[in-house]
Amino acid sequence: MAIPGTESHPLRVAIVGSGPGGFYAAEALLESGLQVEIDLIERLPVPYGLVRFGVAPDHAKLKSVTAVFARIAEDPRLRFFGNVEVGHDLSVQQLGALYHAVVVATGAAGDRRLGIAGEHLPGVHAAGDFVGWYNGRPECADLEFDLDQEVAVVIGQGNVAIDVCRILASPIDALRRTDIAAHALDALARSRVREIHLVGRRGPVQAKFTPKELRELGALPGWQPRVTPDALQLNVASQTELTLPGFVHAARNLDILRGFAQSPADDGRRPLHLHFHRAPVALSGEPRVERIELEAQALSGDAGAQSATPTGERLSLPAGLVLRSVGYRGTPLPGLPFDLVRGALPHRDGRLVDTAGKVLCGWYATGWIKRGPSGVIGTNRADSVDTVATLLADVAALDAVKAGRAGLCALLAAGGQRVVDFTGWKVIERAEIERGRRDGKPAEKFVRIDDMLAAATA
Amino acid sequence: MTHVVTDNCRGCRYTDCVASCPVACFHVNEVRVYINPEVCIDCSACIPACPVGAIVEEFDLPDDQQHWMRINAEAAQRYPVIRARLAPLDSAEARRRQLGR
Repeated sequence: MAIPGTESHPLRVAIVGSGPGGFYAAEALLESGLQVEIDLIERLPVPYGLVRFGVAPDHAKLKSVTAVFARIAEDPRLRFFGNVEVGHDLSVQQLGALYHAVVVATGAAGDRRLGIAGEHLPGVHAAGDFVGWYNGRPECADLEFDLDQEVAVVIGQGNVAIDVCRILASPIDALRRTDIAAHALDALARSRVREIHLVGRRGPVQAKFTPKELRELGALPGWQPRVTPDALQLNVASQTELTLPGFVHAARNLDILRGFAQSPADDGRRPLHLHFHRAPVALSGEPRVERIELEAQALSGDAGAQSATPTGERLSLPAGLVLRSVGYRGTPLPGLPFDLVRGALPHRDGRLVDTAGKVLCGWYATGWIKRGPSGVIGTNRADSVDTVATLLADVAALDAVKAGRAGLCALLAAGGQRVVDFTGWKVIERAEIERGRRDGKPAEKFVRIDDMLAAATA
Repeated sequence: MTHVVTDNCRGCRYTDCVASCPVACFHVNEVRVYINPEVCIDCSACIPACPVGAIVEEFDLPDDQQHWMRINAEAAQRYPVIRARLAPLDSAEARRRQLGR
């Protein structure tokens, strides 16, 4: 045999997951200079992962990155296998046997819980479920959020938390022109939410949101972002952090927050309160959530490694709707190791490793399932470039006879699996655009898998 | 809105920004890179990626730096797209130290 990557012996790679991490891994492989055969395997009949189901519907410019993904998918060396779930329709072992290498890019769609009393109460939700609901994610389509409540509390200090605040506070006519799911648009049009609290454990310097997102909170008609000047007081370590490379957005964020703090205490607009140094400690209510108990936090430790510890001071807020966004976790794939603490795959330079630290030959990870839920869309491109560089360095060691695509097709056909290829997705996409046209929307997404499959053959 | 490569990008050409760009909006010449404002989708991934802090959002561009908007837009027409990271220039580390980075 010879090293895979030639005309007669192409490098056969499966990529699991068709979000940004998966597509950029495919792009890097296509540009490697080797002869490659890439199969991009997606659990749903539709591609693009969190660009479709995570990016907020009013961020159309970010969503336009799908044009890049579509170009990648049109390369004849790549094939899209939609509606194929690894761990269900075929096993990890079967996949490993078919390909020289497998790149896992399944993301991190599961949420972390707060671990506090009352979290089980009706009215307390994962922010990610709310995002999935308004973005038409099939698993979230039947969820219900009680928007008759007047006070919403959003817990978290990242862009998801801000997205959720913004969608709750957006004028409904602004959302009508987006691809927001129809069921969410109907519910939000009747929303009675008139007060929002955004609550975070750490300070303004440690917050993870980007200035662009934070600034958008200041541009919501009828809403006033409020933050107390006290909350923006920095300890010495936080002042040092403003100059550290890992805190590149902090100074801009602080400027924006200081602008919010300067406006009059109450100018008649609906309040969007930003709380820093406050951690939720309990939720209460009967039969549903009515209040949230917060405890003040003090930061201590060296710059870049501060942690929050409770001071004992308590604050209680009314809370009819609670959305938590305190981290995301990947889902284990049966047959692969999993790091339960990080909620991600254990790896070294992108190579999967078992609990003993031994490399699983031919298995790689990229994106959020590799490094956890951090960064923005482009961060995943750099990550996938790194993972593919690792894979390419291993190519000589991956030599074997592998059935690749032909083997996958045979296996799926034997199981009677209904596969949606990229042409099928384009048919679904055109149908969604057509459905949206009636209402002046860029698209009306199908939110049921059955409807997606029906559209693919229409 | 777009993102803008400013004066700090000169004589180092680390190009970490390029690897993190989801839409290939960077263009390159002998000494630096530029962003095509027509292509950038404002994801901000390049801002923390740049070792010399050269990239800012248009919104954050100070008044005395506004000319960088035009420079980036024009250079993007003139120079080729860059999609993959290059080895930094020999002068890169010296440039980084000079900028106090």
